[in-house]
Amino acid sequence: MDILVCVKRVPDTAENEIEIKGDGTDIERDDLVYSVNEWDNYATEEAIQIRDDKGGTVTVVTVGDEEAEEVLRRQMAMGADNGILLSDDAFEDTDGRGIASILKAEVEKGKYDLILTGAQADDGAAQVGGMLAAMLDLPYAALVNKIEVIDDKKIKVGREIEGGNQELNEIELPCVLSIQTGINEPRYVGIRGIRKVASVEIPTHGTGDLGLDAGSVGASAAKVKRVDYFTPEMGAGAEMLEGSMDEMVEKLIDMLKAKGGLK
Amino acid sequence: MTQLFAYIAHRNGVVEDTAAELAVAARTIDASAEITAVVVGTGSDLDGACQGAAKLYKEVWKFDVPDLAYPNAEMIRTLLVNVLPADAMVLMAHDTFGMDLGPGLSIKLDSAYVADVVGIDGMDGATMKLVRQEFAGMAHTHMTCDTSAGAVISLRPGTFQPGEDADAGGAVTDKSGEAGDVGVKRRFLEVVEAEAGDVDITKADVLVSVGRGIEDQDNIEIAEELAEAMGAVVSCSRPIVDAKWLEKSRQVGTSGKTVKPKVYLALGISGSFQHLGGIKGSPFMVAVNKNPKAPIFQVADVGIEADILEFMPELTEKLKG
Ligand SMILES: Cc1cc2nc3c(=O)[nH]c(=O)nc-3n(C[C@H](O)[C@H](O)[C@H](O)COP(=O)(O)OP(=O)(O)OC[C@H]3O[C@@H](n4cnc5c(N)ncnc54)[C@H](O)[C@@H]3O)c2cc1C
Ligand SMILES: Cc1cc2nc3c(=O)[nH]c(=O)nc-3n(C[C@H](O)[C@H](O)[C@H](O)COP(=O)(O)OP(=O)(O)OC[C@H]3O[C@@H](n4cnc5c(N)ncnc54)[C@H](O)[C@@H]3O)c2cc1C
Repeated sequence: MDILVCVKRVPDTAENEIEIKGDGTDIERDDLVYSVNEWDNYATEEAIQIRDDKGGTVTVVTVGDEEAEEVLRRQMAMGADNGILLSDDAFEDTDGRGIASILKAEVEKGKYDLILTGAQADDGAAQVGGMLAAMLDLPYAALVNKIEVIDDKKIKVGREIEGGNQELNEIELPCVLSIQTGINEPRYVGIRGIRKVASVEIPTHGTGDLGLDAGSVGASAAKVKRVDYFTPEMGAGAEMLEGSMDEMVEKLIDMLKAKGGLK
Repeated sequence: MTQLFAYIAHRNGVVEDTAAELAVAARTIDASAEITAVVVGTGSDLDGACQGAAKLYKEVWKFDVPDLAYPNAEMIRTLLVNVLPADAMVLMAHDTFGMDLGPGLSIKLDSAYVADVVGIDGMDGATMKLVRQEFAGMAHTHMTCDTSAGAVISLRPGTFQPGEDADAGGAVTDKSGEAGDVGVKRRFLEVVEAEAGDVDITKADVLVSVGRGIEDQDNIEIAEELAEAMGAVVSCSRPIVDAKWLEKSRQVGTSGKTVKPKVYLALGISGSFQHLGGIKGSPFMVAVNKNPKAPIFQVADVGIEADILEFMPELTEKLKG
């Protein structure tokens, strides 16, 4: 099976404090630690496991700037066979739909039986996979937490639904699936693994290679626009305890006693 | 102004809470708008859901499709494309069903899509002004959406809270004949229920809940010791279950358990809406996090800015006396 996995380079929210720039145009990106979107790691791992089981190839693709190449290398160190970087100045300020249309153009240059995305990325929109599927007229399932290959025409997929229940579906290939965390345990990649793929060539495709009209992507085509980042007026929020750890814990114990939190 | 539609999710003949929330959101777009509720399903469950929707919306479109006893989003998308005007403005909940339906629907209707909206600041001509969050709730954004060719908007569940509204006394119109062919390449098989675990966190009065801030599997023990000293039960956020450090039955949130404790200790948990969505009954919430800007501090009653790996042993020690 030939599998394409879409991955996005994102600021690692577990590692960073996100600060908004004074003028609200962006967040402070200078000192951010970036990594591959958490969900995309699960998608890559799933693709690798299917390939190892059934044969075929795994290709990882990202839309981003030159620095996005590092996430492709990371996924190749995990075991993906090929990487493709989709990059062009015209892609700047593209909305989710634009990202999906860029990916669509790349998909149509190849032949894939299965296309995986993460369920969501740092903007939390959970949109690119479903849009890509609809643009390609392929069946789609979101929040997939189980894949069972039946034959080369169809697969069985579990979708996570509310309450941790699972919805089972049979879906025809080729199809697009968005992968939910927990579907597998993504393998660890060390520095050595990344070094091994450091010199593998990664092709870069821009609007010309993809046959895209520059006006169909980027800011001018975006129906959805981000105006600014801001810090909302919040309610009072939590009463923050002050003092040494010892003092804070003492205060907390008194509060817990009053609220019935201690036996 | 384009026509507004609300897609109504329902289960066992009862509309989900989001049905009322979509009506609230629709009125923030246009206070005088006539909003049409769209309800898809079959049989008596569908009738029950339509009655529920008619209490909230003046106009209800009913689609009885026997193949849609279970809401297969791919089929429902085809149905909606068959029946909605191309420039419709469609509202739905940003839940596991909405994520399956919304993005593809926007492409097929050739309209704009804005997901997981937490605020609507009204219209400026055909431009809708909205508020979203990015980076796990750590940054807010103002967005604009050109709705002139229609729009699909998904709303964060629990955000648009309804007041005590009068019964809308709506009329249900059976539109099943217009549904058209909805056959697709994805077939629903069955729902597998989540497994029950060794403990029932939904019954606990006090929960010591740990998130990714616990950092390592070996540290789970420190939380267990604290829970024991407090007479509490250990629960967790999703990444802890994904890493297989605790069982799925310990997970609090929309894709885990809904808990109603008296006291909730959120330790190293950032406060995502999917996590908070599983905490009901307004417990006394204590958040401990090393990031003073963590969103959890907006919802907690008491906050401590600290490393939980220092905090937990300290509290355990003091309780043991
Ligand atoms: C400087 C800047 C300006 C921006 N301006 C706008 C704007 O004006 N309007 C607007 O709507 N958005 C804007 N964006 C957001 C941007 O276009 C998002 O990347 C896009 O909305 C998709 O991200 P998401 O997090 O919503 O993806 P989701 O739909 O949540 O991601 C789901 C999955 O889709 C795949 N995916 C997502 N993005 C990519 C990618 N780049 N490459 C490969 N696969 C991917 C991944 O598999 C991912 O797991 C801007 C971003 C930047 C950095
Ligand atoms: C469809 C769907 C359903 C979901 N369902 C659920 C669900 O049911 N339940 C759920 O929990 N999530 C759910 N999620 C995931 C959710 O979006 C978040 O990713 C998740 O809740 C984050 O968990 P967290 O707060 O533990 O981790 P993070 O967001 O990574 O936060 C970790 C926090 O710990 C702090 N920290 C780190 N180290 C320390 C330390 N040593 N001391 C103190 N603080 C520290 C950090 O500052 C940070 O605030 C779902 C997601 C999707 C897409």
